[in-house]
Amino acid sequence: MKFTEKKDAYLMLEDGTWFKGVAVGKIGTTSGEICFNTGMTGYQEIYTDPSYYGQIIVNTTSHIGNYGVVNQEQESTGVKFSGLVCRSFSEIFSRKTAEGSLQDYFEKNNIVGIAEVDTRQIVRYIRSKGALNAVISSDILDVEQLKAEVKKVPSMKGLELASRVSTEQPYFVGDAGAPKKVAVLDLGVKSSILTNIAERNVYLKVFPAKTSYTEMKAWNPDGYFISNGPGDPAVTSYAIETVKQILAEDRPLFGICLGHQILAEANGISTFKMHSGHRGLNHPVKNLLTGLSEVTSQNHGFAVDAAAVDPNGHVEITHLNLNDNTVEGIRIKNKKAFSVQYHPESSPGPHDSRYLFDQFVSMLN
Amino acid sequence: MPKDNSIKSVLIIGSGPIIIGQACEFDYSGSQAARSLREEGIEVTLINSNPATIMTDKVVADNVYLKPLEKRSIIEILEKHKIDAVLPTMGGQTALNLCLECDKAGIWKKYNIRLIGVDVNAIETTEDREKFRLKMLELGVGVCKGETATSFLEGKEIAQQIGFPLVIRPSFTLGGTGGGFVNDPDKFDEALTRGLHASPIHEVLVEQSIMGWKEYELELLRDNLGNIIIICSIENFDPMGVHTGDSITVAPAMTLPDTIYQHMRDLAIKMMNGIGQFAGGCNVQFSVNPETDDIIGIEINPRVSRSSALASKATGYPIAKIAAKLAIGYNLDELKNQITKTTSAFFEPALDYVIVKIPRWNFDKFKGADRTLGLQMKSVGEAMGIGRNFQEALQKACQSLEIKRNGLGADGKELTQQDQILHSLENPSWNRLFHIYDAFKLGVGFKTIQKLTKIDPWFLNQIEELVLLEKEIQSYTIQSLPAGILRTAKQKGYADRQIAHLLRCLESEVFNKRHEFGIKRVYKIVDTCSAEFEAKTPYYYSTFEGENESIPSDRKKIIVLGSGPNRIGQGIEFDYSCVHGVLAAKECGYETIMINCNPETVSTDFDIADKLYFEPVFWEHIYEIILLEKPVGVIVQLGGQTALKLAEKLERYGIKIIGTDFQSLDLAEDRGRFSTLLKENNIPYPKFGVIQNADQALELCKELNFPLLVRPSYVLGGQSMKIVINEKELEQHVVNILKEHPDNRVLLDHFLENAIEAEADAICDGKDVYIIGIMEHIEPAGIHSGDSHSVLPTFNLSENVLQQIEDYTKRIAIALKTVGLINIQFAVKDEVVYIIEANPRASRTVPFICKAYDEPYVNYATKVMLGEKKVKDFTFQPKKEGYAIKIPVFSFNKFPNVNKELGPEMKSTGEAILFIKDLEDENFQRIYGERNLYLSR
Repeated sequence: MKFTEKKDAYLMLEDGTWFKGVAVGKIGTTSGEICFNTGMTGYQEIYTDPSYYGQIIVNTTSHIGNYGVVNQEQESTGVKFSGLVCRSFSEIFSRKTAEGSLQDYFEKNNIVGIAEVDTRQIVRYIRSKGALNAVISSDILDVEQLKAEVKKVPSMKGLELASRVSTEQPYFVGDAGAPKKVAVLDLGVKSSILTNIAERNVYLKVFPAKTSYTEMKAWNPDGYFISNGPGDPAVTSYAIETVKQILAEDRPLFGICLGHQILAEANGISTFKMHSGHRGLNHPVKNLLTGLSEVTSQNHGFAVDAAAVDPNGHVEITHLNLNDNTVEGIRIKNKKAFSVQYHPESSPGPHDSRYLFDQFVSMLN
Repeated sequence: MPKDNSIKSVLIIGSGPIIIGQACEFDYSGSQAARSLREEGIEVTLINSNPATIMTDKVVADNVYLKPLEKRSIIEILEKHKIDAVLPTMGGQTALNLCLECDKAGIWKKYNIRLIGVDVNAIETTEDREKFRLKMLELGVGVCKGETATSFLEGKEIAQQIGFPLVIRPSFTLGGTGGGFVNDPDKFDEALTRGLHASPIHEVLVEQSIMGWKEYELELLRDNLGNIIIICSIENFDPMGVHTGDSITVAPAMTLPDTIYQHMRDLAIKMMNGIGQFAGGCNVQFSVNPETDDIIGIEINPRVSRSSALASKATGYPIAKIAAKLAIGYNLDELKNQITKTTSAFFEPALDYVIVKIPRWNFDKFKGADRTLGLQMKSVGEAMGIGRNFQEALQKACQSLEIKRNGLGADGKELTQQDQILHSLENPSWNRLFHIYDAFKLGVGFKTIQKLTKIDPWFLNQIEELVLLEKEIQSYTIQSLPAGILRTAKQKGYADRQIAHLLRCLESEVFNKRHEFGIKRVYKIVDTCSAEFEAKTPYYYSTFEGENESIPSDRKKIIVLGSGPNRIGQGIEFDYSCVHGVLAAKECGYETIMINCNPETVSTDFDIADKLYFEPVFWEHIYEIILLEKPVGVIVQLGGQTALKLAEKLERYGIKIIGTDFQSLDLAEDRGRFSTLLKENNIPYPKFGVIQNADQALELCKELNFPLLVRPSYVLGGQSMKIVINEKELEQHVVNILKEHPDNRVLLDHFLENAIEAEADAICDGKDVYIIGIMEHIEPAGIHSGDSHSVLPTFNLSENVLQQIEDYTKRIAIALKTVGLINIQFAVKDEVVYIIEANPRASRTVPFICKAYDEPYVNYATKVMLGEKKVKDFTFQPKKEGYAIKIPVFSFNKFPNVNKELGPEMKSTGEAILFIKDLEDENFQRIYGERNLYLSR
């Protein structure tokens, strides 16, 4: 073996700030909204989470790629995020049960990334400036040209993306003979959410994002699940409409992340784009109903406006973020509908919140 | 639940003297806990027999008891104070055991004391191997096959059932004492006997060996509600088979996917909840089969530990401080993150850097000891390196060790004998890490290295990458080296000295080159949250990247250099002095900056100095902090030999040394020049001479006459000091010294047989001298002062002798132009006082005197050093009642083949203080009676 120097790559932010590093993954150019994730494990789950569609992720942990990739640890059919920014990228991996390296995986999935940049500086910059668009390139190495490229990236605010990552055809998950049936509105659902519900003895039918209430209702489900997904909840109006109709029927309904924001919107509670969002595996959430706290896995750039919940008499805040007091969970009074902003399926992340799936499944009875 | 207001007064039990397996990490946790409780308005009473601790200071606790950690001391305290609760989880196994003993004797019940932060049943379950195994099986946590034996025969039967290889683990022992792996049935009988003897209840667990599996630790905190968080995951570089205290460890875990990590997290929570209910910290150890990812639970400690101290330093999350708050009723969601001050304490720290901890061993002090690492902990200290990647952290940890290396490799000290290297890879000792590097350099195959070490290939690849980079660097010269390669080397933690070695040029040339290229060292904050939130706590480490987060203030600043990793001769005493130096400089209005790399210490608590740089006490790192901060000066005389050794370079670079200047420090260290100074001042000293080779030694001995004391210059703890009685021994020893310390000026002096040894510590401002204490050793001269029982004040010296001691102390202090502390050692024979040595710096005995006389001498001395005060500005009011004895404590039991034999080289690991009323005291009588027992001749 010999020491080899890696190819150059650039990260250009929408305000013209740029960083030089080395290329990882495929040689090429990619763009998206740049956000940071502070998790120290679970990179493959993150990259395949459809909620990250259209986003460039800065992994703050020092090393990425150490344990390779395994098909089983994908959260959807393939890589969904737009590009990677990290400190140290490992081309070799040590896990015996891994199927390949992250480098090969990126090349196969056409993912462009940049490593050996001061990720901490970038995070501090994003923290002060708020969400920014960005371009990573390992084939355009001209700063001026990159500045022009980054101007072309559309803003995430007002962007509807769920329908782009949703399934095109309905499909089933679980045992057809299970006693209960749940209809899933797929806005970019993570497979571990489906697994978590299905393994509680529930048969699932996953519907495309723009499926109407009537169509879902025709399957005669015992409850509905509104999934996570990318984009601005306020403009995902078709889903808001669907949820309004489900609520009228008063069947059990559970929403996660984007599903949570849509449940709020369906009740006339507004959402807003956060300064830099919550993305990581260590966010503290207090369950106001039990008084217990849980360490949660999070990935969201929009949030439900707490001030709008209060005057709305029929919605109750059930979970709060202990760091910034943002709304982490709500329930609709006198209805079997509730939702959380964070990811109880937590893949990646701690398993503290999986009781929510039990709670949902017990409502089906 | 908020704070429990019925708890108004708490007793904290300390961990006693430093021994292998239980070091100053418990001073860190105990003092943090005490401060945390006092913040809440709770009265804190503290018991610990170790005088060299910050926790036993008035600045930390309300009532301090420097008493033996025994039931009767506890009763004495409970009789005197109204104590509501006892917190026994901060003082390691010693405190837990004492708590259990008191519980069994019904003491807590009798005095109506609540046990907080602990569950007695949990201690029993975790310490009794069989109970632990059964509990894990009940919880569905995987464990090794095994059974406990309480007799030799039982043990033999179990071994037959399980088969070899297996492991023997004695119950209720510290740091794995008496345990070990047995691969060979022939060695089983001996190992079983040793294990049964080591256990206080003569019980051992005979268990399936899982040597070579991956090893992990998690640090947990739980509150009364049952909220649990994991503060840190730690991965052992050395796989199962080496005690975790002797393993190189890394945080966060490097090679675990989320699925396995979360499974481990679930198991840890299940285990903590399964062993009992208590609010506080807990450490859980796991092993993972690298082939299948199967997880096995190894052990659980329901208290703060060495690893939790490391985890606190690694993450910035002050585990002991928060654990103390949980013990008095707070819940995690009610407390704030101590680093950000705005976010919640209920969260799991996210790291954007890597830490590597490397243990520090002192095998040279235990001649004949088995140096192979195994289940029994053998290291005496540790150093931690922080970097933005594993390689940088690893290099920085190596630079912190002070083993005369400049980091990992690239210093011309590589081993090249293939057979020796291969043997070392399979039989780990203190130097295995270096030999892995050597093996790659020699071209040994990756697979062979992996097979022999069983270390995870990812770690090995990281080291291989370093070797490849070095080969690349070597193909250039300083003139031709491209900026990119130099930057890469710096980002991988290489010191300028290492790069200079590879490029065959001077360190300063590399320094200049990288500044020319704009490759600059920047400082990042340890902030618990990967920069997600703004951090208020000034805890820094260096790296080579874009943004510098350490912005110097315009205040006048003082840097205090710490003492690095603990080792025999340089331990907690120096950290005690450093902490007081920092606090005193703060009182004088300085911004204080601490530099140290020992994660066990109080000095590296981010609450102590105004700014903490967790960096190697290594020239390059210190110099760049100085360039950034531009301090008024640097205090070197508090951090032992580590700090002192840097004085010369500071002087050469024109940086002000606070207190006694370099010339004087050097004069005292240079044994020959110092003796000349005594001669000039007409102060008696043993006949001496300085030699630089064996021929000169053989010549000189004729003049001085045997026995001779042979002493190298510039060493601490009597390193390589020896008394020789004939020419053969003399020659051998001189050759050995010069091999270890090339170009050393070795002092030979006539050894005064049967002399009494005494020592004095003093504060001097250059004009006036105040002697803070004169101690008399119980053992005769010839046993290192650190290993002797010293009595304060003297008990057997005439007025005439004391007067000579006082007179000489004052004259030497002035002659050496001392500004600050000085320690002088004397030999007394036939009413004549001879000078053995003088050290113008904080000595090992200063904390002992501070505690015995109840006065803050380091604080005073620091103010004198800073020029803020003169000796005559202080009103000294030492509390003099009876005598205080400093009792040396040894760790010989960790080395079964080594006899306790004492001489001029220090071997004790710790000390205790014992106050006695008079000389009739039975302890004193016993020690006095045994004064010649362990003398090596």
